[in-house]
Amino acid sequence: MSELQKRQIQLEVLRYNPETDTAPRYQTYSVPCLEEWVVLDALNYIKDHLDPTLSYRWSCHMAVCGSCGMMVNGEPKLACKAFIHEYKEGQIKVEPIANFPIERDLVTSVEDFITKLASVKPYLIPKEDKPVSAGEFKQTPAELKKFKQYTLCINCMLCYAACPQYALVPEFLGPAAISMAHRYNQDSRDGGRDQRQEVIASDEGVWECSFVGACSEVCPKHVDPAGALQQVKVASTIDWYKEHLMPWMKK
Amino acid sequence: MAKSNKPIFWGLFAAGGTVTAFVTPALVLVTLFAAMRFNMDMFTYESIHAFAGWWLGKLIIFGIILVSLWHAAHRLRVTVHDFGVRADKQVAIVVYSLAGLGTLLTLIYLLRI
Repeated sequence: MSELQKRQIQLEVLRYNPETDTAPRYQTYSVPCLEEWVVLDALNYIKDHLDPTLSYRWSCHMAVCGSCGMMVNGEPKLACKAFIHEYKEGQIKVEPIANFPIERDLVTSVEDFITKLASVKPYLIPKEDKPVSAGEFKQTPAELKKFKQYTLCINCMLCYAACPQYALVPEFLGPAAISMAHRYNQDSRDGGRDQRQEVIASDEGVWECSFVGACSEVCPKHVDPAGALQQVKVASTIDWYKEHLMPWMKK
Repeated sequence: MAKSNKPIFWGLFAAGGTVTAFVTPALVLVTLFAAMRFNMDMFTYESIHAFAGWWLGKLIIFGIILVSLWHAAHRLRVTVHDFGVRADKQVAIVVYSLAGLGTLLTLIYLLRI
């Protein structure tokens, strides 16, 4: 480890201990960072060498698990994808992910998102019951392409932290949950769209979205939730006209 | 959870957005040519007037103005919201009333040609 590659970074970290603190506060740590480090490495350095009481979530360190979402200089980022060399000033502010209640330090309560995600039934609801002996459900590359990008979602909730509508209207189902519903709706093997529509075509569902597009900008996996939501709006609008102007189309 | 009725307005908004992006700029130009009495066969005031007098022409003009108006109304509603005015219901009533009035006036003017 050559000293030349090292840079002393001031990490301003939000701290909150519910047992002793009445309000969150900031604590600054001076961390000798290597240029190829990410913010998560700096946090791990603090935990290992400077302050073992710092709490934060992380697991994979490779943008797969979605645990280390936090605000880095005010922007929703995965700490494992936020490279130190992108922050030239030598000072980085790290806060828990926005729009979720703080539990301790950088750890937030994700209850709201988990409840919403579960409510859209984000799993395959097979169109037809087929015994295993009948073989696999086949899918063409074109059918796979319709939903593949939405399968890349890692539930990191950066889109919820970026969404100004979710900040304003906490009841809003939100970008990731609706994108996941869309992912299964677009799957040729799935038959659960009607059940999901009951939730996502409601006022608190897709219709709270005003297409700001911040979700797609911050998404670390390029899922493009904003695009998914617009497609859901078009499909739900067609549904509405079918149900109200052509009631005989109803099953 | 009940399904939302927002598709009524969003449908007009989406259709209007598409029309506004692709057709309106060209129409503005054509209308300008006609109004300035440009001496081109297709853009003479008389031929445009004749187009507006034909039933299918009326229908096309009405359709384009209708969706453009409702698009603008909905866009304005969302913009006002983005500017921090949190009186969505009142704003919606005002902008949709204006769009409704515009729709009515379009209908009256077209029928009088």
